[in-house]
Amino acid sequence: MKLVNLLRIAWRAIKRNKMRAFLTMLGIIIGVAAVIAMIAIGQGSRQSIQSQITGMGSNMITIRPSSNVMGGARLDVTNVQALAEPDIIALQKQPEYINAVSPSVTARGQVINGPYNWSTSLQGVAPEYLSIRSWPLQDGVSFTSQDVKRAAKVCLVGQTIITNLFPNGEDVLGKNIRFKNIPFKIIGVLGKKGENTFGQDQDDIILTPYTTVQKRILATTYYQTIFASAIDESSTDKAAAEIQQVMRVSHKLQKGTDDDFTVRTQAELISTFTSTSQILTILLAVIAGISLVVGGIGIMNIMYVSVTERTKEIGLRMSIGARGIDILMQFLIEAILISITGGLIGVALGITATKLVTLFLQWPTLVTQSSVILSFLVCFITGVFFGYYPALKASRLDPIEALRYE
Amino acid sequence: MSSVIVDIRNLEREFKMGDETVKALNDVSFTINAGEFITIMGSSGSGKTTLLNILGCLDKPTKGEYFLDGTNVSKLSKTELARFRNKKLGFVFQSYNLLPRTSAIENVELPLLYNPEISAKQRKEKAMKALEAVKLTHRTHYLPSQLSGGQQQRVAIARALINDPVLILADEATGNLDSRTSYEIMMLVQELNDVQGKTIVFVTHELDIASFSKRTITLKDGKIIKDNINSNVRNARKVLEGLPLISEPSIAAK
Ligand SMILES: Nc1ncnc2c1ncn2[C@@H]1O[C@H](COP(=O)(O)OP(=O)(O)OP(=O)(O)O)[C@@H](O)[C@H]1O
Ligand SMILES: [Mg+2]
Repeated sequence: MKLVNLLRIAWRAIKRNKMRAFLTMLGIIIGVAAVIAMIAIGQGSRQSIQSQITGMGSNMITIRPSSNVMGGARLDVTNVQALAEPDIIALQKQPEYINAVSPSVTARGQVINGPYNWSTSLQGVAPEYLSIRSWPLQDGVSFTSQDVKRAAKVCLVGQTIITNLFPNGEDVLGKNIRFKNIPFKIIGVLGKKGENTFGQDQDDIILTPYTTVQKRILATTYYQTIFASAIDESSTDKAAAEIQQVMRVSHKLQKGTDDDFTVRTQAELISTFTSTSQILTILLAVIAGISLVVGGIGIMNIMYVSVTERTKEIGLRMSIGARGIDILMQFLIEAILISITGGLIGVALGITATKLVTLFLQWPTLVTQSSVILSFLVCFITGVFFGYYPALKASRLDPIEALRYE
Repeated sequence: MSSVIVDIRNLEREFKMGDETVKALNDVSFTINAGEFITIMGSSGSGKTTLLNILGCLDKPTKGEYFLDGTNVSKLSKTELARFRNKKLGFVFQSYNLLPRTSAIENVELPLLYNPEISAKQRKEKAMKALEAVKLTHRTHYLPSQLSGGQQQRVAIARALINDPVLILADEATGNLDSRTSYEIMMLVQELNDVQGKTIVFVTHELDIASFSKRTITLKDGKIIKDNINSNVRNARKVLEGLPLISEPSIAAK
């Protein structure tokens, strides 16, 4: 038996009942379209979270004092040492995987320019901070280690600060703004960053030497956070391990005691936030997959009806020389053709729906090749699986009985 | 001089219905030579269809032997029987059994789709030739629903002809047709037998139809009670010519 002939036979049989074939396909079409669209939405949000976090500087590592003191014995907060200058010195001494480190202390308050005022954060950092965050300057220059030593009253301003304090669009370089009554001279303008993953406006910030915040505003010698960067993206885990080692030594922690600080890489942050969207994607895909199975059962149902209804036709085909296997293949191919055609239409519909979601709801979406291939494969398997039993039933008919069937 | 197409020896076919056994065929023996036109007669339940099913390799005898074109069919497997039907036999049924919503030509070429040795081009050519033989070349793309009963049966005959079978089997092929159309079909069958030399076995229970064949085998309770050569074969063409034409006005007057 030639496959072309089998295909031709099956195709003609489907053509004879176009409407029914289409209705049978409908379940598959909806199932596949749902799978494609759901996965695209899930993947899209995942990717956008990922790219936003990466946009914060993918080599970045954050060190904070431990706040998760758990267990009755360790409730004593004094055990926790804050981050301070010795830590920075230790981290900068012959680092292997660490590229740059910067302390960070932040104060919140009103910033004033003449009649305009704005509530914002003043973040004290080292000059290296900009490279750690891979944050370019749009205008002006950064402060120097000299400025850090002097606790200079200079600052770099974010875009949101400019919009709120200088609404008339004048040049801001060299202007003074006041934070807690201390005048800060603007020496640079930060490039626009936009919102971060958590919806915070990253441009609503003023950067200044950390010593300035420590001495002039907070009167402290501690840091809230230390930012560091690995020498490259692939070394972030090694750099994190190195930081942990150095910090333990610096904090004089005994063997067997817990860290009193946490080291987090961007990759960890990404995985925390993408794991929720991953669960969402899986959930959506499962729901969509169920509708695909329902579509498959629809095929089986129709194929059964079709076999019964076409008993006489099967008898005739056998009388003119069709073998059992030919009949089996015919019905199997019919089922597969229906499911694959349904799959094709479903893929097209799913992609269209995805585009519409992006267009009208502005949701990020991503149609992945694997989701298309996967749902197509599932269609094929559905066709084979749900088409097999009706086809087997057809192939086992007795030609005489079948011919006599009314 | 003519070769033997069918050789049946002591054929028996039993059906078991619970405790009861029905002998639908009982010790049937006969031979058919190439070029014969045989009708099988008998009352209802006499075993005509059972015999035809065995002749058509759709059914196997309980006992006895059946040689078709020199092959002992009783020994063939299901798959081999299917190949045999595809290559050696042609079936014509009472209810035509055309595929619905399928054009005449696609119905006719159906048997060749199950023959891997035939190319698409050969298939089309043979289908056209078969339609020509039944004088339906002007209806090649008509659907069964657009054809009269007689035309549908001619499509079915063309389908039975397409594989150039050694034996054509017809079961009450005129059973659904009025007498005029039946004669037209018989004319076609006689022509296939006379001109093309086709061997034909035609089951009927109408004496009127049997009178067009050259030989009639009569069954009763599964046994052959009569097997006689018809000395007075009627010619369907002449019978048709002698038939009064139903004139148009008389239909209109109704
Ligand atoms: N599948 C079957 N199971 C049981 N008995 C059967 C079967 N097929 C036929 N028979 C019996 O065999 C006998 C012959 O049947 P067959 O169909 O050959 O008759 P027939 O001559 O073709 O009759 P008709 O003119 O009504 O078509 C009948 O008694 C019938 O009941
Ligand atoms: Mg019968």
